[in-house]
Amino acid sequence: MRLSSSVFALLCVMCEVLSIALFLRGFFPVPVKSSLSSESKASDLPAEPLTGSGTNSSESPGPVFRRVVIVLVDALREDFVFGSDGLRFMPYTRHVVERGSSHSFIAKARAPTVTMPRIKALTTGSIPGFIDVVMNLNSPALLEDNLIWQAKNAGKRIIFYGDDTWVRLFPKHFMEQDGTTSFFVSDYTEVDNNVTRHLDDTLKRDDWDILILHYLGLDHIGHISGPHSSLIGPKLTEMDDIMKKIHAALISKESEGTSPNLLVLCGDHGMTETGSHGGSSEPEINTPLVLISPAFRRRGGFEEPGVLEQVDLTPTLALGQGLPISKNSVGRLIPAVFEDLSLRDQLRFLQLNGHQLSCLLEDNNPTFHKEDGYELFRVAEKSHGSWMKLYMDGNTSEVLGNIGKKVLKQYLEALKAMSSALSKQLGKYDMYSMIMGMILVLQVLILLLLAMPEALSREAVVDIPLAASLFSLPFYLLCLLGSALHVLICTSAGGLCYLCSLPWVLVFALIILSSALMCALVAMAARRMPTSSKSPTKGSGWTLSELDVVLLVGTVGHTLSLASSSFIEEEHQTWYFLLNTLCLAVFQDVCRKYFSEQEEGGEEESFSSFSPAVELGMSVGSEKWLALATPLLTLTCCRLLRSLNHTGVQWAHLPDFGHWLNSGDHKMFLSLLGALSLALIFLLIQRHCSLVSKIALALGLLGVYSYRAAVGNVLFPWQHSSRTVSKGTVEARFVYVFVLGILFTGVKDLLRAQLTSSAGDGGRLKSRGLWEVYSGVVLLVALLFRAHNLPTLACCLLVQTVMAQFIWKRLHYDAAQTTIMHYWFGQAFFYFQGNSNNIGTVDISVGFVGLESYVEAPAVILTALSTYAGPLLWAFHLLCYLTSQRHRAVMGLGHGSYCFALLRSIPAVFYVVLVTGLRYHLFIWSVFSPKLLYEAMHTLVTTAVCVCFTFMDQDRSGRP
Amino acid sequence: MWDVEIRGMASAHAIIASSIFLATVIPAVFLENFSVYGTHMVWLYSVAGSVAVVNIAVFRLLGIIPPTKKNTLSFKINRLFRSCLYFLLSCLFYHTVVVLYGAPLLESALETFSLAVLLSTFTTLRCLCILGPNIQAWIRVFSRDGALSVWDTSLQITTGCSLVGAWLGAFPIPLDWDRPWQVWPVSCTLGATAGFLTGLLVAPVWIHWHRKLLTYKLK
Ligand SMILES: [Zn+2]
Ligand SMILES: [Zn+2]
Repeated sequence: MRLSSSVFALLCVMCEVLSIALFLRGFFPVPVKSSLSSESKASDLPAEPLTGSGTNSSESPGPVFRRVVIVLVDALREDFVFGSDGLRFMPYTRHVVERGSSHSFIAKARAPTVTMPRIKALTTGSIPGFIDVVMNLNSPALLEDNLIWQAKNAGKRIIFYGDDTWVRLFPKHFMEQDGTTSFFVSDYTEVDNNVTRHLDDTLKRDDWDILILHYLGLDHIGHISGPHSSLIGPKLTEMDDIMKKIHAALISKESEGTSPNLLVLCGDHGMTETGSHGGSSEPEINTPLVLISPAFRRRGGFEEPGVLEQVDLTPTLALGQGLPISKNSVGRLIPAVFEDLSLRDQLRFLQLNGHQLSCLLEDNNPTFHKEDGYELFRVAEKSHGSWMKLYMDGNTSEVLGNIGKKVLKQYLEALKAMSSALSKQLGKYDMYSMIMGMILVLQVLILLLLAMPEALSREAVVDIPLAASLFSLPFYLLCLLGSALHVLICTSAGGLCYLCSLPWVLVFALIILSSALMCALVAMAARRMPTSSKSPTKGSGWTLSELDVVLLVGTVGHTLSLASSSFIEEEHQTWYFLLNTLCLAVFQDVCRKYFSEQEEGGEEESFSSFSPAVELGMSVGSEKWLALATPLLTLTCCRLLRSLNHTGVQWAHLPDFGHWLNSGDHKMFLSLLGALSLALIFLLIQRHCSLVSKIALALGLLGVYSYRAAVGNVLFPWQHSSRTVSKGTVEARFVYVFVLGILFTGVKDLLRAQLTSSAGDGGRLKSRGLWEVYSGVVLLVALLFRAHNLPTLACCLLVQTVMAQFIWKRLHYDAAQTTIMHYWFGQAFFYFQGNSNNIGTVDISVGFVGLESYVEAPAVILTALSTYAGPLLWAFHLLCYLTSQRHRAVMGLGHGSYCFALLRSIPAVFYVVLVTGLRYHLFIWSVFSPKLLYEAMHTLVTTAVCVCFTFMDQDRSGRP
Repeated sequence: MWDVEIRGMASAHAIIASSIFLATVIPAVFLENFSVYGTHMVWLYSVAGSVAVVNIAVFRLLGIIPPTKKNTLSFKINRLFRSCLYFLLSCLFYHTVVVLYGAPLLESALETFSLAVLLSTFTTLRCLCILGPNIQAWIRVFSRDGALSVWDTSLQITTGCSLVGAWLGAFPIPLDWDRPWQVWPVSCTLGATAGFLTGLLVAPVWIHWHRKLLTYKLK
């Protein structure tokens, strides 16, 4: 089968995306979920065990606590309360912890220690799977069974003040709510005052049952200046005063005869020594949990707080309020909270918790019968029954108490075992899918590598011996073997694998694909064999230039660097370093061209190729200096951009230029910089456009500025009073109209080029159409980028323009070299924008530009576009550049597309194999998994790029 | 004739290499709490100084420096002045390049400049010793197939090795191991020194190995 390079590359990348998707399905454990879709109801509760006949009530014991106040302080680290900071700044809370009627614990949060997943964990009691977090980056309403829903359903009146993540998660659950946005991280007083201002009024009232307060200020201080900043102390004192106020109000409301109130102080996650969070280091996961209620015994002094899981709070609160435990909760109740209840109630609570856990276990583990916890629970339930029988018989002796204690202990053990079995479920990998995905991905990579000489040849046509292999015996044998293995694995693994749950037609198609690839690979390798023995003699004439060495070493080095978690966290440094080296290598090439070869034949050079400088009205002499200045200009741009956004982990906390610009005092400067960047963008991009597009572009860029002004990022020169900040929907839509207009003009030109019969005319139209599409994309990106990132876009265009004019055209780099350079620039600009390999740096607010409310499809597309703006813009630039260079490199597009596919496949495939090997690494969830998602997403983006390349390359075959 | 030159170069390189070794050992005897990491700047300048002195001495004794027609005092002073200027310029050039590579602009500027001085000592100073302050000759040596003698080839190799060493030395910096040698610019200076030593070792061996292939235009 003969395919052109671009089609071949596209097919390979598509195949790769599919296999990576299969790998991801196996790699990310499916979250532990109950199979029943509905919420658990009080009527589903199990009966209290009672051997023999009698009235066994299926009622749950009534609520232990009347009112519950939950004070959730964002990023409250364990030592802020229990450590020396707590002693200094939270005297009242410490007093209650040491002497009051309270229980205190260290609650361990699970990674990712980010607010939203933590809120979900606290309310549902489940440990969100990693994939959940990514899927719900935009946090629509929480549909899983959760505590808030249960409370509302039971008629409890809930009031919420604080982080508006809650409001988005629980849209209609609160009787009263006031969400504060955590958008402006630099504000740490207003966010908390917005919560506290309601407090006095609310505490006086009697019409609520649950009050939830979520304070964000501490987290913001952490992000600004870390856990040892001088701002932390006053903030903790403020929180302490709030605790004091609430506690006093609760005590004053306390009256005889009613059940006691409960005050809970907790944190959603901690913070690292630099003030950030998200990973799974000790200071990030250890949060304090203080439960205060007159129902508890008074304490005699400070004891080391016990350690428990954060999700344990959920069943405790649910049972304490007399609510059913939410279905997917893996927590077990905190026994200390209920230790003063009657033994019967305690056992009943434990039984309810155990029942819920055992149901979850049954749903998620096909071999649940073999689990220790399940057995233990059955045993405990039986002894609970016999205890109940004694109890009902009116036995009140000491023996009854002792038996009861034993049952209690049995229950606790069972709960512990079941909870840990469920948590372990999260760490299980579906190795079958992973290995299948890995084999496919490896096969595609080897295919790409084997096809390199053909794909980069002058014809740019790859001949895959697919037909021959389809009719060979080994192919059928491999198919047979694959099917047999599939049946074997699926019968032995018991349906846990994703592939086994697929329809067999799909699986069989997969096996056929893999076997065919295998046969084709062997055939291609065999075809290469005889030539490879001759190649050394031929290869001696084939020398690598310094630039080639840099490109090769860089690609290999970067791929290998992915094996280290530090290099993944600091990947931007790798790319900046490589880009610098590339620029210096280019500089050396330029120097060589203009200095050492100037004596030899300068005339012949300028004769053979047209000179861009002459076109711009400059002499050849000044062109030499411009060419020499280009790499230096690029280097300077990169150095400046690098200090604009600090990303990564180690140096991310250092103050960067972007923070300085956004700090509010420098709005004037930011406005000036933004306006300048927009002007520069216009100047650089308008050259290739038609007049109509130029005007549309200018208006669109003005619209971008007015959008930023409306959102409050920048100032209008004539308007000094601080205007009310709006969402800027009108302005953004205004820009969208022009984006669509420019894109439409470009596409129209492209279509006309297809219809034009004369080749020269068609080529010109095509090139112009592409450039117009490109400028439309640039305008859209300008709208989406944050104001302080506009210089990044301007620099990107500047570097593209000068490099194309003076380097790529003049130095006769071939399509492959140009492509690799574009890829590197794209990668570097991905990080210049402020991205990193951490999910947290994805700017989700982009999804709301020009939209009144959250709409899934445009939000996802806009977010992806703005995140991958750097690589995409460079890839599009390459497309435009290669198309306009047709007279020189006819096969440029095919080569470019192939190189893109190869450059993406090498690190992706290496990483997939690596992650499989490192799946029990300590940092697998915090460092390696996010990077895996980024790699998968980047491969998907590359597929889109390859589609464009193939589309532009198509008419070559039609019009030879 | 070849063997003599190669042997001469090998011994010159051995002397330079041992000077680096001595510059590391001798201050430890005289100075208290001297260590490569702890008092890195002292070590750096002691190495740079000793390499500079030994280089100048060796090449003066060997008479590699191309003979000049004019031998007047003013010409010599002019030559010396130009050499110093070039050395300073090369330090500034390296400093700029290192800053472009991402070294902080203001803080630890002294450390960055010291690295630039060390790199200049390893590269520019040797060029000055062997070729003199003659830009045309430098361009010739560092363009492809431009070497005219074994010394030119050795210059290419040591310069390349020093720079590649410094380049590789930057790699461990992002690792979160918190080792003393990860502090800026320790790993880079160590890398450059290691690269330079490798270059000194490799140059005679490589030339010896390839002596059949090397065809210099005769002087
Ligand atoms: Zn938080
Ligand atoms: Zn935070």
